[in-house]
Amino acid sequence: MRMIKKTLLAASVAAFASSAALANVSDGKVKIGVLADMGGVYADICGEGCVTAINMAVEDFGGSVLGAPIEVISADDQLKPDVGSAIVRKWIENEQVDAVGGLVSSAVVGAATKVTTEAKKIALISTAASNAFTTKQCSPYNVHWTYNVVALANGTVKPMVEAGKKKWFFITADYAFGHALEGVATKVIKENGGEVMGAARAPLGTTDFSSYILQAQSSGADVVALANAGTDTVNALKAASEFGLTQMVDVAGLLVFTPNAQAMDPNTAGGMRTTTGFYWDYDDQTREWSKRFKERHGAIPAMGHAGAYSMTMHYLKAIEAAGTDDSDAVIKKMKEMKPDDFFARNATLRSDGRMVHDMYYVEITKPEERSSSDDIFKVVSVIPGDQAFAPVLPECDFK
Amino acid sequence: MVTFLGINLFGLFGQLLVGLINGSFYALLSLGLAIIFGLLKIINFAQGAMYMLGAFAAWLALSYFGINYWAALVVVPLAVGFVGILMERFLVRPIANEDHLYSLLLTFGVALILQGLFTHLYGSSGLPYSIPEALSGGTKLPFMYLPDYRLWIICASVVVCGLTWWMIEKTKLGAYLRAGTENPHLMQAFGINVPLIVTLTFGFGVALAGLAGVMAAPIYSVSPDMGSNLLIVVFAIVVIGGMGSIGGAILTGLGMGVIEGLTKYFYPEASNTVIFLVMVIVLLVKPAGLFGKEA
Repeated sequence: MRMIKKTLLAASVAAFASSAALANVSDGKVKIGVLADMGGVYADICGEGCVTAINMAVEDFGGSVLGAPIEVISADDQLKPDVGSAIVRKWIENEQVDAVGGLVSSAVVGAATKVTTEAKKIALISTAASNAFTTKQCSPYNVHWTYNVVALANGTVKPMVEAGKKKWFFITADYAFGHALEGVATKVIKENGGEVMGAARAPLGTTDFSSYILQAQSSGADVVALANAGTDTVNALKAASEFGLTQMVDVAGLLVFTPNAQAMDPNTAGGMRTTTGFYWDYDDQTREWSKRFKERHGAIPAMGHAGAYSMTMHYLKAIEAAGTDDSDAVIKKMKEMKPDDFFARNATLRSDGRMVHDMYYVEITKPEERSSSDDIFKVVSVIPGDQAFAPVLPECDFK
Repeated sequence: MVTFLGINLFGLFGQLLVGLINGSFYALLSLGLAIIFGLLKIINFAQGAMYMLGAFAAWLALSYFGINYWAALVVVPLAVGFVGILMERFLVRPIANEDHLYSLLLTFGVALILQGLFTHLYGSSGLPYSIPEALSGGTKLPFMYLPDYRLWIICASVVVCGLTWWMIEKTKLGAYLRAGTENPHLMQAFGINVPLIVTLTFGFGVALAGLAGVMAAPIYSVSPDMGSNLLIVVFAIVVIGGMGSIGGAILTGLGMGVIEGLTKYFYPEASNTVIFLVMVIVLLVKPAGLFGKEA
């Protein structure tokens, strides 16, 4: 009898404790909406893979926080800003979503973060490249994790200019992302004593880059920088190699995700250098996580996948530490706690929402260096976070 | 540097040649579309997907069966053409008597399904395919470096387009074909199997897209959306040339490649718009297209 009494007491105490905790979690659960590109050009970079990575984080965390279950839902933004922001609005208004993860295309993220900021919900930006989310469009509720255009320019352009490659020519994707990347890279080139010989703005989705390659050839540049992404980079590099540009000058891919590197012919892409926020084969920790990811997803993780996992983990830890899922309290905790896992090395989440961490200057492996089709980068050097990212702007210093 | 009126002539020649190369690609693709529309009155929106299928088939053939590029040039168009035959027989024919809009929507649906399927199976990033060894070199011209592979594309495309035009316009088989689609009942009364001719023509038009796909694989990214990017441009070319005009499609393809090349030189931002601008002007001035017969 005493035994039963004791058990009952313990049970009721436990129930009380968990209901007290639950009271601090809105609607009795923590819900993360993953907005990504499920079927478009960025599907391999952050589509189903981002959903998988975020689900892995939730499972590794234990499936619940403060006694409340964690739920992950997802939707396809179709790479359209209006579609993306409408989904986020619906999630927040009708489905009690607490944070939005994934977030690939900079154009979609710009629209989606307007909605999250208005509603005071946290945006966990994993894969978008633009640096606007912590500068021009900064918000106390934006968290930008994996990389941005500034880190790409500092990572890839700076060492090349310092090594004496002074004359640059850009082949730029003709939309916001490409312009931003070209802009920050130009700044880095000029600051380090280099000059820009010209730029060709190629429309997004250009198939044939041979005209632009010819322009680059006649510009007298030492380096031709590809300020584009995805299949644009692949197509541009194919043309560069075919027209003999790769033999005459250096070609720098400013943004090369691992799936795109795998789509390139190693004979032409081998030796090209770029900057990434994560590489699966860096050390035992990255390999361990990447192996688990590959088992579930079928391909090695791109940097955005690893970033999505890492930031979701950090978000959940912050909820636990704050004892509530209230956005203001959680974001404060996220910025106080130091992110530290296989992805985030020497990392801090700054007051502007920029996560600053070690970046990697890598080289695409040559065919003879490859042990498997996943063996695509070798790390040339590690770039400390404070050298990769720009300082906090006063107007974005959200304490 | 040789200049004329402040224009770098060498640069200009280079762009003209590159434009001609792209034009020969456009010619090959718009030819298939023009045959299917001109002879069968079917607007085949799946032509871009068939081009994509051709490129993927080349990759699959190489990766799984060790079939090299040269063999793929023969095998893949046959396989893709066979897919086209199946599509005509089981999807397009049942709605042959309906409005054109139905076949347009049907083929558009097929294109979306194929694109989605390949994205699901192989991802959106594309697959690598190398230029065949024999064509990997190039020639140094005074004004540019001309890769052998591009030279090969011009030659192959001109030969294929020329042969196709000759076959349809000048041979007895072509005459049957044109008559059979013009007045099927009369031709059937003469004992010609018109449905078979229609199926084979559709298959042939689709096979041309497959061939273009194989030829594109070494130089463009082999990815599921490669066809949808190109299809709209190719449609515009067919409209400019005159819907259904075989020769018109070929000449317009080459011409538009050159115009696009020049635009890329003088104002690259407009390069993906210029063809549509030409299309609008042509439609306003000569609604049947440059080489089309007035209805």
